[in-house]
Amino acid sequence: MRAKVLVVIALLLGLHLALLLAGFVAPYDPTAQNRELSYCPPTRLHFEDGSGFHLRPFVYASAVVMEGDQAGSYQEDRNHEYSLRWLVTGPSYKLFGIYESTVHLFEVDEPGRIFLIGTDAYGRDEFSRVLFGGQLSVSAGIVATLITLLAGSIVGIIAGYYGGWVDELLMGVNELFLSLPWLYFLLGVRAFLPLHLSTLRTFFLLTGVIGLIGWARPARLLRGVVLSSRNRNYVLAARGFGATDSYLLRRHILPELFGLLLTQAALLVPRYIAAEATLSFFGLGVNEPAASWGNMLSALQQYSVLVSYGWLLAPAGALVVTSVLYSSLAEVFHSRLKSHTT
Amino acid sequence: MKLIHLALHVCLLAGACFAAAPAPEAAKPGEELARMAGVTGRFGGGLTIGQRSEPKTLNPVTATDAISREVIGRLMGDLIEINRASQLTEPALAKSWKISADGRTFTLQLRKGIRFSDGHPFDADDVVFSFNVYMDEAVDSPQRDLLIIDGKPILVSKLDQYTVRFVLPRPYAAAERIFDGLGMLPKHLLEKPYREGHFAQAWSLNVPPTEIAGLGPFRLKQYVPGQRVVLERNPYYWKVDRENQRLPYLDELVFLFVGTEDAQIMRFEAGETDMVSHLSSENYNLLAREKSRIGSQLADMGPGLEYNFLLFNLNDLGGKKLDEVATKQAWFRDLKFRQAINAAVDRQSIVRLVYGSRGAALWGNVGPGNRLWVNQALPHPTQSVETARQLLKSAGYSWNSAGQLQDPTGRLVAFSIITSSSNSQRMKMATLLQDDLSHLGMQVHVVPLEFRAMIDRVFQSFDYDAAIMGLGGGDADPNPEMNVWTFNGTSHLWHMGETQPATEWERELDQLMQQQMVTLDYAKRKQLYDRAQQLIAENLPFIFLGTPNILAGATARVGNFHPAVLDPYTLWNADELYVRGSALENAGVR
Repeated sequence: MRAKVLVVIALLLGLHLALLLAGFVAPYDPTAQNRELSYCPPTRLHFEDGSGFHLRPFVYASAVVMEGDQAGSYQEDRNHEYSLRWLVTGPSYKLFGIYESTVHLFEVDEPGRIFLIGTDAYGRDEFSRVLFGGQLSVSAGIVATLITLLAGSIVGIIAGYYGGWVDELLMGVNELFLSLPWLYFLLGVRAFLPLHLSTLRTFFLLTGVIGLIGWARPARLLRGVVLSSRNRNYVLAARGFGATDSYLLRRHILPELFGLLLTQAALLVPRYIAAEATLSFFGLGVNEPAASWGNMLSALQQYSVLVSYGWLLAPAGALVVTSVLYSSLAEVFHSRLKSHTT
Repeated sequence: MKLIHLALHVCLLAGACFAAAPAPEAAKPGEELARMAGVTGRFGGGLTIGQRSEPKTLNPVTATDAISREVIGRLMGDLIEINRASQLTEPALAKSWKISADGRTFTLQLRKGIRFSDGHPFDADDVVFSFNVYMDEAVDSPQRDLLIIDGKPILVSKLDQYTVRFVLPRPYAAAERIFDGLGMLPKHLLEKPYREGHFAQAWSLNVPPTEIAGLGPFRLKQYVPGQRVVLERNPYYWKVDRENQRLPYLDELVFLFVGTEDAQIMRFEAGETDMVSHLSSENYNLLAREKSRIGSQLADMGPGLEYNFLLFNLNDLGGKKLDEVATKQAWFRDLKFRQAINAAVDRQSIVRLVYGSRGAALWGNVGPGNRLWVNQALPHPTQSVETARQLLKSAGYSWNSAGQLQDPTGRLVAFSIITSSSNSQRMKMATLLQDDLSHLGMQVHVVPLEFRAMIDRVFQSFDYDAAIMGLGGGDADPNPEMNVWTFNGTSHLWHMGETQPATEWERELDQLMQQQMVTLDYAKRKQLYDRAQQLIAENLPFIFLGTPNILAGATARVGNFHPAVLDPYTLWNADELYVRGSALENAGVR
């Protein structure tokens, strides 16, 4: 059990460190286009050539096949080898948005290119984009989840615990939000805002819109749980002994909700990361050329892209890994909490 | 009994079971049929076409959407048709026509003895009735605009049972092309609803097949809501093939509603449908890779008539509170600024990355697909950032130490391009353009918007800087372009609702467009339109980007598959399509 906890935490730390240090880990500028290398498949690392085995891996350049059955696909040009180098200077970037640096973890000799997970329609390095996109998507997903759950639990607990007209009023508002035609709301929001939004403003907009739309469902769920636990015998007993509202909430009700909130969070984070792809359809998402997992995934809405260029599923893979890690973390928290309370 | 049951079951599974279709009627003496000398084929069988959604109506007068028209076009016959292969007009229900010297009077001679798909004879009364309906303001047909010239309707009169005269308010170039797409209506079926004032409700999808008739190659057999429309052979159709056998070859034509464009592709890959038109280059390349597995015929017809362009907001903003846009208009109004952008656009990349090399770069509004009208003399300069920088410099623009472009007053040049988020090709163009223009030090933001929201900004609120849009795709003639290039046209996108031409060149363009419309001689008309194209290319109200090729596919069993660059790309010769012999036998159909 303990080993599992350590592994999960190590992996999560690793993931977030990689995203945080995206500029250093990524070999290229995520917006730099290589128009000659559109939809280039992942570059293969080689250790062996005609002259034998090399300790330092190298890559070959990719070139488009012009004629024949394979026209349009890529082949390796075996005439030149480009060695992989560690800690080299490359395009400049800003670490944490502050420190300017040009040092990259790895790169290959110029004019060679290394695309660990291929390129997109414009020949941009998918690996660099996944890292830079992750910065924005993961943080937006987490912040939006926090907003949703915070708003949802405040409303849900108040409604469930106090009941009566408070409950009716809050749940009435709740139902109103659940039944609003969000399509028109989003169109309205878009019309109201200026056309261009900086990435920072987009971030607040995204989290704000998702929080606004998202709070209603968890609020209903929490209200139900609070309502049922309020009438449990031990709660009634505690109340009979003169326990105050705040004591009851703190000691008996909130611990009941904790597990629920954690599982909700583990479910909501990946969902909100993907929701950004939907919002970008209304012009509310992260705009080109900036990367986010959501707008990278929207390229896959086309069937032909989905079946032809499998490596573009990378942001989905990253999303799956992230959400598995988060839900494992939630599970760990949950079980530790249980062992404490019982 | 068991065997029949099994056979029925197999039929249902295969979806290839065609109930007995009516046999073609034998020719009657005196019936003036049109002989298609070059056409041969095999009778029997049916084809299935995947459609993105259900047609909204089967009424040819009120239908506005392309999907309804695709079905209706197979049910209806026109007086004069545009041959999709040659792009020229040819006789249809009218076997010949005469144009008076002043170009205003058209006298059409109808085919004698031909019948509607319910067997009722067709004559001049039906023609007069049809035009009265199309031009009736109360019916509100989308085709009405074509028939009202200078606010006056075309006068239609019957001279005898098989002769009709049309008098135009003024000479109108290529007026015979108007007749294509105006399906002739059966007076005996539609006069009653028309007189009673509920014509618009007539011929909805639920119409009983006995109450709908036309002069097209097929007639309605069955409509299954949410699933399909089934058409069967019109046994009285007026065209015969080389062997004098009455067309069409097919017993049935089935339109299957599949949902999305991607679903169309998947159904086609699975062999559930026989044809796809409107293929994007990505889907075409996808099918090309699987060609040997599916055994399909794919056709790349070369560039079509659509043109995609970058458009700057040059609208009059008086009265609208759009100060931000108004200050940017100083740049957009500067011809050198537009020329610089025109020079910086990498059109070859657009063709390669957006159209997968199945498209063409454009420098004007008429592309290479419009063989009769393209101005071949227009220059096609290659991309040059250097030229663009020179142009900007000569217009007083400069660059700061960070390489950002400043206008003569020192403001940084930054603007946004809006485009429809559902059109992935135009989104890609915007992203490429953004990168191209960053090399000039311009900060361009791409803003994808939901389609209606984008249209609202371009047509109504004018709250945008620049937009990427597409136009064209109608007929290969200058007349459908009138509403774009005349100053008061409804699609005069860069400057909507002008009361008079804003500049000298727009005044000349307007005159040229008006003149070409009343010039009957092709060579003279071409000269006028060439000059118009030149003015457009020199003054750049739009920065033209590219045009996609017309791409279509069909399964190996489809015979006479000859797609065209004019709409409808694949079904224009539905009367000549047939199911190839071996495929018929394999499928076990008769």
